Amino acid sequence: MAALLEAHGLKAFYGQTQALHDVSFSLQPGGITTLLGANGAGKTTTLRCICGMVRTEGSIKLDGQPIAGKATEDIIRLGVGHVPEGRGTFTNLSVGENLRVAAYTRKDKVAAERDLGMVFEYFPILKARVHQQAGTLSGGEQQMLAISRALMLSPRLMLLDEPSFGLAPLIVQEIFRIMRRINSEAKVSMLLVEQNAALALELADHAYVLETGRVVMSGKAADVKNNEAIRKSYLGY
Amino acid sequence: MEQLIQQVASGLANGAIYACLALALVMIFVSTDHINFAQGELAMFSAYLVWQALEWGMSFWLALPVVALFSFLIGVGIERVILRPLHHAPVLSVVVVFIGLLAIFHSLAGAIWGHTIKAIPSPFPHFTFVGSGYIGPHQIGMILVTVMLLVALFAFFRFTPLGLAMRAAAQNPASARLAGIRVDWMLALGWGLAAAIGAVAGSLVAPAVYLEPNMMASILLYGFAGALVGGISSPGGAVAGGFIVGVLENLIAYLGNLFEKTTGVYVIGNGEKLTVALIIVITVLTLKPSGLFGQVSVKRV
Repeated sequence: MAALLEAHGLKAFYGQTQALHDVSFSLQPGGITTLLGANGAGKTTTLRCICGMVRTEGSIKLDGQPIAGKATEDIIRLGVGHVPEGRGTFTNLSVGENLRVAAYTRKDKVAAERDLGMVFEYFPILKARVHQQAGTLSGGEQQMLAISRALMLSPRLMLLDEPSFGLAPLIVQEIFRIMRRINSEAKVSMLLVEQNAALALELADHAYVLETGRVVMSGKAADVKNNEAIRKSYLGY
Repeated sequence: MEQLIQQVASGLANGAIYACLALALVMIFVSTDHINFAQGELAMFSAYLVWQALEWGMSFWLALPVVALFSFLIGVGIERVILRPLHHAPVLSVVVVFIGLLAIFHSLAGAIWGHTIKAIPSPFPHFTFVGSGYIGPHQIGMILVTVMLLVALFAFFRFTPLGLAMRAAAQNPASARLAGIRVDWMLALGWGLAAAIGAVAGSLVAPAVYLEPNMMASILLYGFAGALVGGISSPGGAVAGGFIVGVLENLIAYLGNLFEKTTGVYVIGNGEKLTVALIIVITVLTLKPSGLFGQVSVKRV
């Protein structure tokens, strides 16, 4: 099967500092792949590379089409939903406006309306708070809103940057359960960055482990999970 | 009493213009955190364009939308061509560019149309009505046009997808890009709208003050005062602030005159109206920097 996303020899730079040295990976359509690694390993940077948010060298192909060097908004318009670190809520806008803004680029308004219904089915709490100012939502609700905004783009690929960050375990379970549903029902492929490796390996089918800007190992999620040496040296559990 | 009502009414009329300019300033401030010092000169330039259109035989009500559209394009052009390379420049560089623009439009107007004052006739018909003694037709017209403009802008930002996208881009540019919004173009649109609003303000105020290259200098100060009073981050607040400043300057001068009449001591009068605006600016910045309706911006560090 042709890869949905293929990255080869990625290097990334913040000013003079090089954050990625040589990162290559590929995502299969329909799957969930996770990027694991310690703080500063380059997980977030890899997601930012895909969306053109950081100076990047190397090749990135989405469905065979090169996207490296394109503007963020153009990459998004190709069907990449990015759930950013820190959730990126439009705090002054209402929950409903947050969702409508995400559908701004879509031409198919009927389908967008249907997707809004789907979002409310996944996250009923957002429907109940649709007129509320988004900045007043709890952390978990804002994370749900961030995933919903990405979903409103009707993406082929969703990039998720630590959706469990700072949330209570019960909320995290709820969110991960719905991510699985989104993956299987809405046919959205996912690239998931997580600190919580155990959780991510439950959900994902493939895993890459990063260390200081390099891929140090990759394979089926189950294999990584069962490899005690890897777990102990890179994933800390 | 009659004089008091008159002063408040004409304060509201001036306030309408201040409100327009304050709104134009806010429009650029919320998305870029910059105060456009050239806003007044742009409005003055637009007023000259209206005068030129009138000279060519256009009617005022045709000239105004045409010039507003043209000013919109000038605004978009300035953002795209001059400011775009400065998106990551320090604030001071941008301020210098604004001052440069101010000087350019000032000299350009002088060079094209000369420095002698010109008159734009009031586009509003003369008629008598209940309360004519308190307020003139041009003043009523200024208030009406401003209010209509504000309602239209409010509807645009509140109810259209483009308006929503502009608000999103101003509020959180990074997230807006992740929603596929072309943030750079939203900035340019904001500049265009600000220039168009300024064009309306300039052409409405020109019949009241005479047209000359310096005409907007003091009015821009009142606009600043209005924007600051209302809260420079709040469009609704800026409008309210504009009206408040307009009424306040007249009331203070009126009370000053009254005081002089009863006690014979001159404290403040019509000559110090501009001083009042500056005092308002300083007072607000000292006591409530976020303005009456503005939000205190908190940065997490």
